[in-house]
Amino acid sequence: MPEALRPAPRNTIGSLALIAGIVALVAATFSYTAGWFSPERLTPQKLVDGFAGPSGPPLGHRRNHAKGICFTGMFEANGAGSELSHAQVFAKGQYPVIGRFNLGTPNPNADDSKERVRGLGLMISTPDGQEWRMAMIDPPFFPVASVEAFRELQIASASKEPDAMAKFAGAHPEIAAFGGWAKSAPWTGSYAEEPYNALNSFIFTDSSGSDHAVRWSLTPAAQPVPAPPEELAKRGPNFLETEIVDRIKNGPARWTMKVTVANAGDPTSDPSKAWPQDRRSVEVGVLTVDKIEAEADGPCRDINFDPTVLPNGIRTSDDPFPAARSSAYRVSYDRRTAEEKDYPRAATGASQ
Amino acid sequence: MTNVQRLRPARIIQRFNPLQRALHWIMAVCILAMLFIGVGMVSTVASEYLTLVNIHKPLGILILILALIRLVVRLRYGAPPLPLDLPEPMKLAAYLSHYALYALMIAMPLIGWAMLSAADYPVTLWPSVWLPQIVPQSASLHTLLWNAHFYLAFLFFALILMHLAAGLFHALIRRDGVFDAMGPALTHDEIAPGEWREPPAPIRSR
Repeated sequence: MPEALRPAPRNTIGSLALIAGIVALVAATFSYTAGWFSPERLTPQKLVDGFAGPSGPPLGHRRNHAKGICFTGMFEANGAGSELSHAQVFAKGQYPVIGRFNLGTPNPNADDSKERVRGLGLMISTPDGQEWRMAMIDPPFFPVASVEAFRELQIASASKEPDAMAKFAGAHPEIAAFGGWAKSAPWTGSYAEEPYNALNSFIFTDSSGSDHAVRWSLTPAAQPVPAPPEELAKRGPNFLETEIVDRIKNGPARWTMKVTVANAGDPTSDPSKAWPQDRRSVEVGVLTVDKIEAEADGPCRDINFDPTVLPNGIRTSDDPFPAARSSAYRVSYDRRTAEEKDYPRAATGASQ
Repeated sequence: MTNVQRLRPARIIQRFNPLQRALHWIMAVCILAMLFIGVGMVSTVASEYLTLVNIHKPLGILILILALIRLVVRLRYGAPPLPLDLPEPMKLAAYLSHYALYALMIAMPLIGWAMLSAADYPVTLWPSVWLPQIVPQSASLHTLLWNAHFYLAFLFFALILMHLAAGLFHALIRRDGVFDAMGPALTHDEIAPGEWREPPAPIRSR
């Protein structure tokens, strides 16, 4: 009966087809956005998968820089950074830090004397509730100029073709500088003797609202003592970890944080290009590390040192790497935290 | 067919009130945008990733606030009844899907917020506005919440597609006034007032 009270559809088949078409269009747009039609899209999953060697990823661990040890300490700002950024972290004062010394390798059991790149992850917390996270490495520039080149480097490194790396170097000549650094830079016997560089460019905003393109680095207070890798190999596969534990027992290790300000025209979007040495540099404070803890139960374990977690007063620049790193670090974090059982918390078997 | 002539001239159409309709359409845009931003951001390493994440978080909180307002408005004002002649399975589907949509509108932002909290990521609405953690840092909790956020997002999108299809089905094929009850404007005016059933609505004030 009620059917009779309603206008009949003009064309049911046509209307059904229209509805199906609209729904299919929305679903297809969604699928496109998700990348399901774009197998060539560079996804964070591809980047993270690209770190795994033939034996698979290090379950429960960070997918790169997998071997590390936690530290805690203090960042003491001297106030000089306030002229560049209004972030609270640069106001004169002491701010607690959680960090992690690490090796640039996807192998959590790597031999310390075999890994060329050493790194430092850092999270500085300020009373305003904000945080500044970063992940730095000891080379003075990044091996490649773009995120796409980094993916190509992963593919070339994994390739069985003998000339894959030569071909890559032909297409990406910037890697030669990194190769030069790897060959010639002295090795040291301590995490505390290394400089650490945040190779990416960021924008600091000062209290007048002016922007400054910057990079920053940590310069060790400890005098670097060069040691050839053959000599380091004799100290055992975990010598860096035992050394830093022993060192900190006898007193804290310190680094000076220096912020380098770009001149107009300096390359901010390419971390493979160092800025000229004469650029203005401001010492903004001192990092003091006074406690070391094993990673399995340490405070750094479940921290993602995502370089895009920045306090108000610092933001990303046109450097494409922080976004890519954030995206990939997050996938690494999601995976490893889901694999907790593969990396037991208390190495002794005791409770947490 | 000459049904139209048999309609009474009166055009008493029971619709959601203007506030409810405004909330519905604003949220429709927000939620669809949110789902697209979500699947887009997790599939790219381009610099848009950060832009999308920086929209995803405050937009999620906005949706949570709007959803809570909408729930109160719905409990206060109810909904027009479904047509008496709507087949029972369709009525059931309408009730259940609306409960699910309300649950997801409220739960998804909370799960996302909790997921970030469990990972100790900041929930940044604006460079200077960081929300507090709502759950303690925990790897296992993060995994649980991550899975919930991920799978429920696809369920949410599927429900929205069904909701869209059903709305269009009412508008184009049944033409029973159900679409007009929420429609931004009346698409036609031949709706029989006698067709509204008395005790309506999936979610009623109690």
